[in-house]
Amino acid sequence: MKKQNASLSEWLATLPSLIWLTILFLIPTLIVFAITFKPADPFGGIGSGWTLETLRKLRNPNYPAIIWRTIWLSIVTTTICIILATPAGYFIARLKQRWRQIFLLLVIVPFWISFLVRIFAWKVLLHPEGLVKKVLVSFRLVQGDTSLLYNPEAVLLVMVYTFLPFAILPIYAAAEKFDFRLVEAARDLGAHQLQAFFKVFLPGIRRGLLTAILVVFIPALGSYVIPDIVGGPNAEMVGNKIAQRVFVDRNLPQASGLSAFLILAVLLPMVAVLVLQGREKKATPIIGEEA
Amino acid sequence: MKRSRFPMIVTGIVLLFFYLPILVLVINSFNASRFGSTWEGWSLQWYARLYQQEEIWHALRNTLIIAFTATGLSVILGSTAAFALHRYQTRLQRIHYTLIYTPLVVPEILMGISLLLFFAATGMELGLFTIFLAHVTFCISYVALVVLGRLQDFDYSIVEAAQDLGANWWETTWRVLLPLLAPGIVAGGLLAFTLSIDDFVITFFVAGPGSTTLPIRIYSMIKHGSPPLINALSSILLLITFVAVWFSQRLTEEKP
Repeated sequence: MKKQNASLSEWLATLPSLIWLTILFLIPTLIVFAITFKPADPFGGIGSGWTLETLRKLRNPNYPAIIWRTIWLSIVTTTICIILATPAGYFIARLKQRWRQIFLLLVIVPFWISFLVRIFAWKVLLHPEGLVKKVLVSFRLVQGDTSLLYNPEAVLLVMVYTFLPFAILPIYAAAEKFDFRLVEAARDLGAHQLQAFFKVFLPGIRRGLLTAILVVFIPALGSYVIPDIVGGPNAEMVGNKIAQRVFVDRNLPQASGLSAFLILAVLLPMVAVLVLQGREKKATPIIGEEA
Repeated sequence: MKRSRFPMIVTGIVLLFFYLPILVLVINSFNASRFGSTWEGWSLQWYARLYQQEEIWHALRNTLIIAFTATGLSVILGSTAAFALHRYQTRLQRIHYTLIYTPLVVPEILMGISLLLFFAATGMELGLFTIFLAHVTFCISYVALVVLGRLQDFDYSIVEAAQDLGANWWETTWRVLLPLLAPGIVAGGLLAFTLSIDDFVITFFVAGPGSTTLPIRIYSMIKHGSPPLINALSSILLLITFVAVWFSQRLTEEKP
């Protein structure tokens, strides 16, 4: 009797969110795959019947270049974020309690600043009349007619700017738990500073690094607003193509075909991490860690 | 043994990189010049101009309606979910946790497009209601994780003590459980509120004609509008978020 009661209250507490997320998250995600095989109707909706039309259209000669750009921009963004976040996380973790809290807050605050505002701030800086351009020209680092906006490099810069706090937090969380006496022991045993860093510290925060890679790489793959605002036609990513199919030519099946591809691209690194995690026989999941 | 200064230098550069663009933006919002490149003296004209913009007030109204309703419902759903996740260690909760966690990892554009396709397939008209549904969907996960974090150091024996002393389910929930969890729930609610106010990508996909929110308005201003106005609007938004951060920090720092 008592046991049945317990499971009833478990269901009562679980069902509301479970049902909501099943209907508005799980089913919509699965629908993306289904609608890929539907025809478009002339009013911008979804027609009846089934077709392979979308798959044929996806062989558009422009797509491989855009997919390739999406992948390399995401990889380079992730690499730069990890390279900057590792020393920063290390530094913050070694600070005294009070300073640590201040620095941590400084890293967290950008999370709370509107995403659009942060991108816009860079658009102003990189603008032909903007500050960065003026400084670079006055140091004769760029020519007066070079455009800093609307190219893949601008997209890369703003992507690093946006995703860097995501990388610092998990690395810091791992570094905070790391026993720094191990580094000192390595130094005592004759390891060079860099050796101690690469062979003792980095393996020690391995799980934090993996989380950081994941939380930067996956949203980076889905970037759309950044290339839309600071990138030009030669800096488009898959996200832009999805948005164009929705807002410009209103072809939902094609948008869903591209999205289905993006879902698969996102699943790949996630599954890879899960497999890595399975190899390490530890109870706490990497994906569940502070993101 | 000397510690390398390299990590400190990198951290300094990173923080400068974080805050310099924002600082320039805020200073420029007080710049009398139309083009941010030259300084022509302090001025509040952009704020005054902003005040007269009819569409912004309309967009703000929509944003607040959605933020309040979506926060309300997602706090209820998210806290209940966190309670279930903490209280029970079953197979069902593993599935439940995966379903709560995955929306946080999935890129926003995928959530936006999949909800749009779902609404299109079910023939729902796009507008404030579809935005509300979308916002509740992504807020649940954040609320659940914040409240779950709070529950980690929650002593369940207090609830059992209340029950032993004769409190029924309703009394235990209202007079013991909720007051103890209140700081976590409020922190989760504040997070949901700011996320809802800030969200652009998902909202853009599921918005219909007439349901323009503030971020959508800002986006079209970035695309076609005048920069000084956006500077002023952004600075106001910054001020609001800083107050919210300060408030929620105070809530989460104080342990009962």
